[in-house]
Amino acid sequence: MSDKPLPVVEYLKLPEDGDPYLEGHRCRKCGAIFIGARSNCSKCGARGEMEAIRLSNRGKLYAYSIVHRSFPGIDVPYVSAIVDLEGGGTVKSNLIDTEPDPDKLHFDMPVEVVFGDALGRKDGDGNSYISFFFKPISA
Amino acid sequence: MADAYIVGVDMIKFGRFPEKSVPQIGSEAALLALDDCGLSIQDIEALYCGNLGQASGMVGQRILQEIGQTGIPVVNVSNACATGATAFREAWASVKADLYDVVLAVGVEQMGRGLLGGGSGKGISKEGLLGSGTMPAVFAEAGLEHTRNHGTTFEQFAKVSVKNHHHSTMNPKAMYQIETPLETVMNAEMISYPNTKLMCSVNVDGSAAAVICSEKKAKELGLMSRAVKVRASVLTSDPWQERDLVMPDVNSCTRMAAKAAYEMGGVGPEDIDLVELHDCFATAEILHYENLGLCGDGEAGRLIDDGEVELGGSVPVNVSGGLLSKGHPLGATGIANIYEVSTHLRNEAGKRQVEGAKIGLTHVIGLGSACGIHILEAAA
Repeated sequence: MSDKPLPVVEYLKLPEDGDPYLEGHRCRKCGAIFIGARSNCSKCGARGEMEAIRLSNRGKLYAYSIVHRSFPGIDVPYVSAIVDLEGGGTVKSNLIDTEPDPDKLHFDMPVEVVFGDALGRKDGDGNSYISFFFKPISA
Repeated sequence: MADAYIVGVDMIKFGRFPEKSVPQIGSEAALLALDDCGLSIQDIEALYCGNLGQASGMVGQRILQEIGQTGIPVVNVSNACATGATAFREAWASVKADLYDVVLAVGVEQMGRGLLGGGSGKGISKEGLLGSGTMPAVFAEAGLEHTRNHGTTFEQFAKVSVKNHHHSTMNPKAMYQIETPLETVMNAEMISYPNTKLMCSVNVDGSAAAVICSEKKAKELGLMSRAVKVRASVLTSDPWQERDLVMPDVNSCTRMAAKAAYEMGGVGPEDIDLVELHDCFATAEILHYENLGLCGDGEAGRLIDDGEVELGGSVPVNVSGGLLSKGHPLGATGIANIYEVSTHLRNEAGKRQVEGAKIGLTHVIGLGSACGIHILEAAA
């Protein structure tokens, strides 16, 4: 078992000496941004031209669903949100600190990426995890 | 290249058959399709079998173990919800390539109940943590992208389900024959807003099959009077799209496939008399009106409001009841759609017959992604 929490996904980075962030990979040839490490660009086909970049912690709500039925043991309702980050990259996670009500959710509403414990979930070895969430930024 | 024709096609009534094996379910449709054209398994030169749940289980060969082991080549196909259409297309291509004169395509699936999707992966479950990977949520998000762009309402999405359930009351092979008024659809259990339970396709067991024949052989066998010409067969995968790593893009691959199919078939959307499209969720159907060119971008809401996609409208969509009410046995769906359109082109669809139907289109999407489109025409 790890003595520290693990990142929930490979693209969530937990530096020893800094704040957590989401990592993207950008193609030097065409500028396409991907979530997750890769060798080649699937937009333009360039090989070995990917560079790791730090993605913004701010973005806008692109689309969402309010999930009322999920798998057993998962708290509902919750907002499954797709967010376009400032400067590029699109990520998906739970939108928290907002009512799960379509009247309260607006396309392009500004959100920030926040990091925290993965809702208490642990793996089979007892490791805990750090995840990321979206939170509305009040105007 | 000479044309290829569907000479025999059928499906079983969709339902739940836990007591049967997948090959048993598949063999029933295979025999129905053979009977539809009066041929036997000894006449078939190759089998193309679509199934997802037992993709490594040699389902095609096991179907032959049920109905006749003639030693013919068997190709087992798995391509998400485009599996059936892919098997059909491989069968069609083999006849077009002049490899064979008479081939059989079968699609079959035995489904569990409940939510599909969600995935797994390493570490802890991401469901309800990094949003939702369930299919109702994924297609809800795709629907709300349309709302974002065009203002489409929950009510408009719900009307799709009202229409398709109504259509299925006239289809004895559909899983359900139940009317669902708008308020019933909108007040049903919310699964993933804006998809209520009645706006999600039904997980059922089922199978469908088609016998495809070269023109020369169809004429020789005297099978042209009920034959259906395959005017276009197209398969695409998802082109790169900036959000597709977190938001599967069902639009681009459908648009590419539609454009290619209309070109191959030498027809346009205005020539299509009926459409069976992939209404895995009510939200999805709205997107595909535009993706298939049945209306301009942003006009899908009007199309459902005006009743143009109902039986009796200008371009009836999913008169079978669609995946929403006929049911969606993943591997069978692509051939079941071909059965439905063929039945109308043969003027044999009974109460739900689209009057005077000459040309029809079928469409399926498998997430991941694969899009299959076929344009069919009455031969007689």
